[in-house]
Amino acid sequence: MEQSWQQLLSASFLLALLSSCVRMAMPLLLAGLGETFAERSGILNIGIEGTMLMGAMAGFVGSRLTGNPWLGLCCGILAGVLMALLHAFLTITVVADQVVSGLSVNILGLGLSTLAFRAFFGLSGQTVKAPGFDPLLIPGLSQLPVIGPILFRQQVLVYIGLLLVPIAYFVLFRTTFGQQVTAVGEDPRAAESMGVDALRSRYACVLVGGATAGMAGVFLSLGELRGFSELMVAGRGFIAVAVVMFGRWNPVGALLAALLFGFVDALQLHLQAFSITSIPPQVLQGLPYLVTILAVVSGVGRGFIPSALCVPYRRGQ
Amino acid sequence: MTDPESGQVPAEPAARAQDPSWVHAHHVADAVLRALGSLGMALSAIVAAIVVAGGIIALLGINPIEAFRAFFVGSLGSKNGIAEVLVRATPLALAGLGVTVAFRAGVWNIGAEGQIFLGALGAALVGIYAPPLPQPLHLLLVLAGGFAGGALWGGLAGFLKARFDANEIIITIMLNYLGILLVSFLVTGPLKDSSGLIPQPQTVPLPASAILPKLIPATRAHTGALLALLVAFLVWFLLKRTTLGYTLRSAGANPDAARHIGINVKRAVIIAMLISGGLAGLAGANEVSGVQHYLTQDISSGYGYLSIAVALFGGLEPLGVILASLFFGMVLVGSESMQRAVSVPVYMVYIIEGLIIVSMLLRQLAWRRSK
Repeated sequence: MEQSWQQLLSASFLLALLSSCVRMAMPLLLAGLGETFAERSGILNIGIEGTMLMGAMAGFVGSRLTGNPWLGLCCGILAGVLMALLHAFLTITVVADQVVSGLSVNILGLGLSTLAFRAFFGLSGQTVKAPGFDPLLIPGLSQLPVIGPILFRQQVLVYIGLLLVPIAYFVLFRTTFGQQVTAVGEDPRAAESMGVDALRSRYACVLVGGATAGMAGVFLSLGELRGFSELMVAGRGFIAVAVVMFGRWNPVGALLAALLFGFVDALQLHLQAFSITSIPPQVLQGLPYLVTILAVVSGVGRGFIPSALCVPYRRGQ
Repeated sequence: MTDPESGQVPAEPAARAQDPSWVHAHHVADAVLRALGSLGMALSAIVAAIVVAGGIIALLGINPIEAFRAFFVGSLGSKNGIAEVLVRATPLALAGLGVTVAFRAGVWNIGAEGQIFLGALGAALVGIYAPPLPQPLHLLLVLAGGFAGGALWGGLAGFLKARFDANEIIITIMLNYLGILLVSFLVTGPLKDSSGLIPQPQTVPLPASAILPKLIPATRAHTGALLALLVAFLVWFLLKRTTLGYTLRSAGANPDAARHIGINVKRAVIIAMLISGGLAGLAGANEVSGVQHYLTQDISSGYGYLSIAVALFGGLEPLGVILASLFFGMVLVGSESMQRAVSVPVYMVYIIEGLIIVSMLLRQLAWRRSK
């Protein structure tokens, strides 16, 4: 009797754990997919963290002002694209150092998002509510055992994120644009000699990265938690950069890597909620960061790094 | 007359170039010109940042003139304001000098924040648990503890980069989060001072022998500022006058070429990160021993991240880093004053910081166009 009760608990615990694994993976997947484009074209954007923060803020403000979370999503994507435009201009046109430019995007994102949020809602900002995305049960599929609760009772942005994986894969590996991006990321000079506009490809890829990072931010501010705080991204933008590397600069790899990191994040949250008192909360909170270090140290993806990543490229030299 | 230098006959023009004093004068003039040039560029970056920041303040519906008045009166308008600028500039300078060493060696150490926390932890442990000691010795050990704590965290990242070729940007950022969580765990758990009526998440206070003496009476300014100046000189000496400094700079400028002339680049990476983390650790020790006098879980509120801007704005030169730390110390104090006086959110600090880095990057464009 008692044993079956325990089994029930552990089965429902596992389902809840896997369901939130998919959920926690989403901001990493969304940001990672776009960053995969940017890095495959040769531009590293470590400004993802600040870009996500801007997306989260703009998404929340947009949804609050219009009353429509979809318009909020548009605002978040737009904010992400604008931040990425700054990074693209600095790294591609000015040929500034990609790391320093990314750092400035992070700092500006932190400053602009918090300042704008305060400008809109004042000090009471933390209590303001905005309409967000509710879980959307897929008819039929959501009734499936195991798979149903894990995959088909999620909010709509999860479905969008999962759909973007095959789309990104197709664009990168089955279209001329994708082949050009890869060529530019390997050797922009050679690509240009074949008639590819390397700068345009790079701009396009960095802006795609901004758009998905903006979506990732909206996922955080209009998903399960409805609100905005400068602490809400909490390093996920940097973990997304690790997701790209661990995923071998491949959208499917990014999905698997995001699920791995998402699982660790879900695990630590569930263990905290179950208040297993012998483990200090800081140890659990540290798990995602520790696993990220292990992933980077593991060397997975090393042989797949785009050759021209972070290499300054100036036309006609 | 036996003095070899004054005893020599005037050199011929061809030999003039070999005359050390002449070469020296030439170098000094060159250095002064370069310094003036970078100072001018720094000033233009500041002006650009002020103009944009003023625009944003106006957008918030606040009179920018009043805001800037509060900014300058709060930071430079009183003895206390200036003392506060020094209090903020000191950790920025120490950590910024650490960042400078790493960046010069070609290692992207974004981990000063975590290294500050570990340094603060090391300093607090030595400060609290060392047996009774005379003040100079105790202080020296506290600073050494701070250096060791930061060097441990920085060196770990350096080792992982050197041994596993792991991307140090992500490693150091992740170590920031872990370092902050580690200190948070310790001061809410094993190291918590539970003696008060309402115990706070902090350690017991350090004994008087572990406290940095005051610099300006009746203010918070303490002698850590002098330590920062000394460290700036030592870093300049290390980078410009020692073989190790040459090794680090060569490894940073061109790792492949450095390998060809027999430099062990992996070793250089680890040494650079040990020093870089150690200097950030000194900033942490400075906060514990000079400002808070105990360890808290918010011993640094972003000094580590801001120190990267300080190092870049200082042109990765020790003297420049000192000037940049004073500037950003002023920005911190002035921004708080703006918040108090005219309700400009203190997050303005980040915007000014970001704008300054962006305008420094944009200069590259103007510079290339002019060529």
